[in-house]
Amino acid sequence: MSKPILTSVGPGTSKVNKTGAWRTLVPVFKHDACNDCRICVQVCPDACVSGEDSVYNANLDFCKGCGICAYECPVDDIEMVLEVK
Amino acid sequence: MTELTKKRKEKPPVVESLLTSGHRACAGCGEALGAKLVMDAAGPNIMVATSTGCLEVFSTPYPESAWRVPWIHSLFENSSAVACGIEAALRARGLKDKVKVIAQGGDGGTADIGIGCLSGMLERNQEVLYVCYDNEAYMNTGVQRSGLTPFDTHTTTSPSGKYSFGNQRPKKPLLEIVAAHQIPYAATATVGYPNDLQMKVKKALAESGATFIHLHVPCPLGWAYKSEATIEIARLAVQTGLFPIIEIKWGKVTRVRKITKERRPVEDYLKPQGRYRHLFVSEDGKKEIEKIQAIANANIEKYGLVD
Amino acid sequence: MRKLIEGSMAVSESVRLCKPDVIAAYPITPQTHIVEFLAQMVADGDCKAQFINVESEFGAASVVLGAAAVGTRAYSATTAQGLLLMAEVLYNLAGMRLPLVITVANRAVSAPINIWNDHSDAVVIRDAGLIMLFAEDAQELMDIHPQAYKIAENPEISLPVTVNMDGFILTHAFEPVEMLEQAFVDKFLPPFEPVVKLDVENPITMGLLAEPTWYMESRYKLKETMEDSLAVIDAVADEFKKKTGRYYGGLIDTYRMEDAETAFVAMGSLVGTLKDVVDTLRAKGEKVGIIKIRSFRPFPQAKIREVSANLKQLIVFDKSYSLGLGTILQEELRSCFYRQKHQPMISGFVVGLGGRDIPPQSIINSYNKSRGKELLNEFVDLRTDVVGR
Repeated sequence: MSKPILTSVGPGTSKVNKTGAWRTLVPVFKHDACNDCRICVQVCPDACVSGEDSVYNANLDFCKGCGICAYECPVDDIEMVLEVK
Repeated sequence: MTELTKKRKEKPPVVESLLTSGHRACAGCGEALGAKLVMDAAGPNIMVATSTGCLEVFSTPYPESAWRVPWIHSLFENSSAVACGIEAALRARGLKDKVKVIAQGGDGGTADIGIGCLSGMLERNQEVLYVCYDNEAYMNTGVQRSGLTPFDTHTTTSPSGKYSFGNQRPKKPLLEIVAAHQIPYAATATVGYPNDLQMKVKKALAESGATFIHLHVPCPLGWAYKSEATIEIARLAVQTGLFPIIEIKWGKVTRVRKITKERRPVEDYLKPQGRYRHLFVSEDGKKEIEKIQAIANANIEKYGLVD
Repeated sequence: MRKLIEGSMAVSESVRLCKPDVIAAYPITPQTHIVEFLAQMVADGDCKAQFINVESEFGAASVVLGAAAVGTRAYSATTAQGLLLMAEVLYNLAGMRLPLVITVANRAVSAPINIWNDHSDAVVIRDAGLIMLFAEDAQELMDIHPQAYKIAENPEISLPVTVNMDGFILTHAFEPVEMLEQAFVDKFLPPFEPVVKLDVENPITMGLLAEPTWYMESRYKLKETMEDSLAVIDAVADEFKKKTGRYYGGLIDTYRMEDAETAFVAMGSLVGTLKDVVDTLRAKGEKVGIIKIRSFRPFPQAKIREVSANLKQLIVFDKSYSLGLGTILQEELRSCFYRQKHQPMISGFVVGLGGRDIPPQSIINSYNKSRGKELLNEFVDLRTDVVGR
């Protein structure tokens, strides 16, 4: 259409919204006991966690600090700490 | 390093989720987690119709969209019917086998205002997987009571007060209503057990005909608990017997998740949630908890959840 | 080929020739025959659409919305209560710029419940952003559906269109109709090329939340498009006329207006009756003509003013009434001429509500009553004994 009609957008345009600004707690991935189970990747509601080879991290642009990854990590390799900005 | 921490066999790289970051769900949102798990289990060859509600509102404020699959939102009560139109169109184009159709709605959009269209979809057995994200109230509009709000739950339209312990009706038996339509596959699932959920999504999408997943998704805001505990709370709902995990095929229960070894009293589930705190301040409250325990016991008996 | 067919069959045949991909409709008198004929056509393999037996009109509209979103040609039909039940979806379709055609067999809106014809149903959605056309007879119904799809699917327009037809009067009456041929319709109405569609190769998001920063602009864009559709409606009708020799009007049609001093204004099948009345009056030397409003939305203000340049008087015969304001067509026409250099007298008569018969003599009586006068909101043939006046 020659004139835009404000009714659809392309995929994944939400990434301009840096929800990392919301958090008060931030997950610290210790990379100490990690066994690559990837539960942290699976359970993040914001699809923030990625990595490989026992080194995983949260994307701090988007991490809201909900704490689910730390709570669910079976080897206690993630700790929630008060973020100092 | 211990045995446990030795590197596992090579895993494929982590790929971007089909419900990506930047959406406006509350921190720790069970529904966002549930939708992400559903999308990733389904894969990119899908079309999704979603009802008005938290999921739609937090994921698509123009011009931002967190969805990376073809996705449409129409109204509150018609995602099932819109999905039926998508399915019919794909059929007309000969694409039915290549592209799967998913309809999504909350407990309100599915069991209350949307139940008419849902029943039509099930009765016609159109090949759509309907996922009901049950956070047990109309959350997006401010935690009002729905037909799936459990007994004695405080919501803003069924508040606890001097003369009330909250919602006085049990959850509408949604899965039974759905299963009574004799569809190929209907199941409950929960974000408490993510692998089970994803397995069920794949199973449902492999069926030809209407399928349904009733997905329990805790809400940190509406249920008033600490956001880190979303999955724990979801597990407790199962372990108490309050949210049975079952599969129903063609109207008959074929599988249940037994809680024999992990059974918990309902207090363990109710105590951490602010929406039940009115039950813990008096002797009368204790009696109400006993009633809730009776509901759990009835579920356990009905589905044989404990050996 | 010329056939004697029911008005509903003219609709069903016309829609069949448009090769819809998905049909979803819920039965409601007097639309039922349209849907039944299409179902039979599908069952006999004469129509290749997916026919979905939905659970309500709300379901029907939602299903065709989903089908249009995938970029297929979809169709539904309804009436009165059904139109109101699907109203939420119609606003949704227009706002989401999804083209399709819905035939509305016009009927009075309950309560009291009444299954016979008037326009009270059509007008309920006049603000929604759908293009609204009114057909005069069975031939026009055969001719108008390919035009309706062509207008709807125009990439500059991309809006849903309702084709309005008078319930029972047109749905259930048999008229001789020149049938369209498939080859003609295939050429006149090419396959649907959607502006946006759901597609796994290009995964877009449709139906987003528009916050205050954006919503006004989306409405403005709709307003612009409605204005653009004025020209398209005329152009499509002109093209059809060129190719078939048949013309039922574009935005409007006129009858014996050359030296008219008074014009009757109406929509739908009533125009047929008015043509007979005009012939009768003309034979007596009365200088009357007809302005048929074919496009109710967008309302063709400029066109109406243009053909009214030499008129002393407009007499509106309307089958709808806006309770609390007045005869709807009368009010819309008055706003047409507000503060214009030329302002003919405008009288408004309410006729035929709930299917009340409109004999030609009643039209003539109304014409005589309006000589030199402006009568507003006059109910024709009212049973004064019943209303106690």
